[in-house]
Amino acid sequence: MSAARETILGRIAEALRLAAPRPHLSSDVPAGTPAKVGKAWLPEGGDDEEGRLALLEANLGKLRASLVRVPDAPAAAAALARLAAERGWKRLALHRGELTETVARGLPCETWCVDDGFDKDRLEACDAGLTACESLVAQTGSLLVSSASNGGRALSILPHVHVVVARRQQVLPDLEAALADARARHGGALPSMLGFITGPSRTGDIERILVLGAHGPKELHVILIG
Amino acid sequence: MSPAPRDRFLEDAAAATADDPQRGFLRGALGGYYASRDVQKARYRDWEKARDAAALAKWTAVNRLDRNLARFEEAFVRNGGVVHWARDAAEARAIILGICREAGARSVIKSKCMTTEEIHLNDALEAEGFGVVESDLGEFIQQLRKEPPFHFVFPCMHLRRDAISELFGKHLGTPPTDSPEELTMIARRHLRDLYLRADIGISGANFLVAETGQVSITENEGNARLTCALPRVHIALAGIEKVIERLDDLAVLLPMLATAGAGQPMTCYNTLYAGPRRAGEADGPEAFHVVLLDNRRTALLADPEQRDALHCIRCGACLNVCPIFKNIGGFAYGTTYQGPIGSVITPHLRGLRNWNHLSGASSLCGACTEACPVRIDLHHHLLRNRRNAVRAHGGWADRLFHRAFGWVIARPRLFSLGGRLFRAALPVLRRLPLPYLRPWLRTRTLPEAAEPSFRQQAKEVLR
Repeated sequence: MSAARETILGRIAEALRLAAPRPHLSSDVPAGTPAKVGKAWLPEGGDDEEGRLALLEANLGKLRASLVRVPDAPAAAAALARLAAERGWKRLALHRGELTETVARGLPCETWCVDDGFDKDRLEACDAGLTACESLVAQTGSLLVSSASNGGRALSILPHVHVVVARRQQVLPDLEAALADARARHGGALPSMLGFITGPSRTGDIERILVLGAHGPKELHVILIG
Repeated sequence: MSPAPRDRFLEDAAAATADDPQRGFLRGALGGYYASRDVQKARYRDWEKARDAAALAKWTAVNRLDRNLARFEEAFVRNGGVVHWARDAAEARAIILGICREAGARSVIKSKCMTTEEIHLNDALEAEGFGVVESDLGEFIQQLRKEPPFHFVFPCMHLRRDAISELFGKHLGTPPTDSPEELTMIARRHLRDLYLRADIGISGANFLVAETGQVSITENEGNARLTCALPRVHIALAGIEKVIERLDDLAVLLPMLATAGAGQPMTCYNTLYAGPRRAGEADGPEAFHVVLLDNRRTALLADPEQRDALHCIRCGACLNVCPIFKNIGGFAYGTTYQGPIGSVITPHLRGLRNWNHLSGASSLCGACTEACPVRIDLHHHLLRNRRNAVRAHGGWADRLFHRAFGWVIARPRLFSLGGRLFRAALPVLRRLPLPYLRPWLRTRTLPEAAEPSFRQQAKEVLR
């Protein structure tokens, strides 16, 4: 297929010999990368930690995700146990990790780690998936999960409920900060999947009416420690 | 032989425009979009400048496309993926069929991808005996109806719930319901098993990140997440213009795409894929292929005047605000990409001779240009396509008329004389049958001349 590659790159080089005018902009845009200059014009990400937390809480609420704030890990475990009992969960899937394993200890249902590979049907039949996350984004109410640190790709999307447990220090102001944080953590070897999750799965395909739980989780619960 | 695109367009557009209930339904469906879009736009500290940043990100990327594609390829291969290049639709289909055969696959699950519509991939896969299922709810419905998408972001927005209930009853044997929630759950239950059994997952790509070799996919339902997680092979088909330079550009482009296209702060799932499953990861495909498609995008690239049409991030905002789209709907266009952006790019992708009529399907109100998050000069491009069509394919009458008109308006005295003559002739013209103008005059009357004339009024004011 390298013939196609050479042809296409040749066509592009030929086409670009004529320069295109800069787009008509509304103002003099300062020099710099779009993300750096655009940052100041996007929705805000909170000025300080309190502001970020308030914004995150408000955004998650609008997205119909729940946020439970607890002082410490035992309280987080209790919050998760309450959810499990209320909803009558039989089995919860999770990945290994200090936070997830602590919080899932003593749950009134079976727990199961997927880290070493798993049977897809068994995961599909789980009532909930519990993961940590890389960061949370105040600006948009998103959380960032990765295949490297949060149990692979399916754990946060296949079970019918997704529970995320995180620490307050993981709340970042905006998307740019979340991307920078992921890069700093993984260095040159980015995980094979990095995913922003912004609320429970949704669709408006039928008459543009909002329905939650189209293919992914119907419920998204965030348990925030600290 | 099927009728020429122009004739079919005129017929379909006339029929759709005469369907008042359907037009009302479309307007109603878009009503919620306007409201939520405005709420989200108001959260931006400066929406207009954010558009500048998004436009610059795409402008930079497209104007260094050769370099950026080569960088993407290098980084993607370093991540463990395989890159294929396809000059046209046939080549792209052959590559994808080859991957499916080599994997010994039988079933394919697809997440929403307009580029696969562009190359008619499903027909090719089915002809080779592969089972293909669309997993996006709207696409799934359209696939059952054997109909193309009505809108490239909201594929079945033209359908009422009772039609969908009936469709599901017929194909899936489910009882009738008038609840969108229950209809969605029917599709969810039906598709779950198919994700688990599929050998191949095929997706599109919203962005290709040159710097990191990642493929960025935006969706709300989670079907793309499942498509890219469960099957053992993942194929992403992407137009070459999808490449952006830096990972950070997404910090601007992802929220803009969501707000402009669907009135959301962020689309529910924005996922970056860098290669297949890595050692130590719990799951993911064994192989990840990206197919880079030209299919005449380079012809559009070669036109510097309209190159910015390749900045398009397919948010669909220009369709949602277009008075033409709202009246004729998506099918009348007869194109993969509907609405203003489709009218601009289709003549480049499929030939100006057969598709220039779409340049006339515009009121030139500019709503599309104003809505575009990456500042594509959409309505002016429609004018440029008209001009190019006359240059390239205009008949002698067209050319003579425009040349004469241009000659006259460059000469103020002559123009003034012409104006006076036309004013004098108007009362007579209004009474003549005028066969050439008849289609236009069915719904309009010739204007009456203002008294005194505009030029006289202007002279008064300027004096």
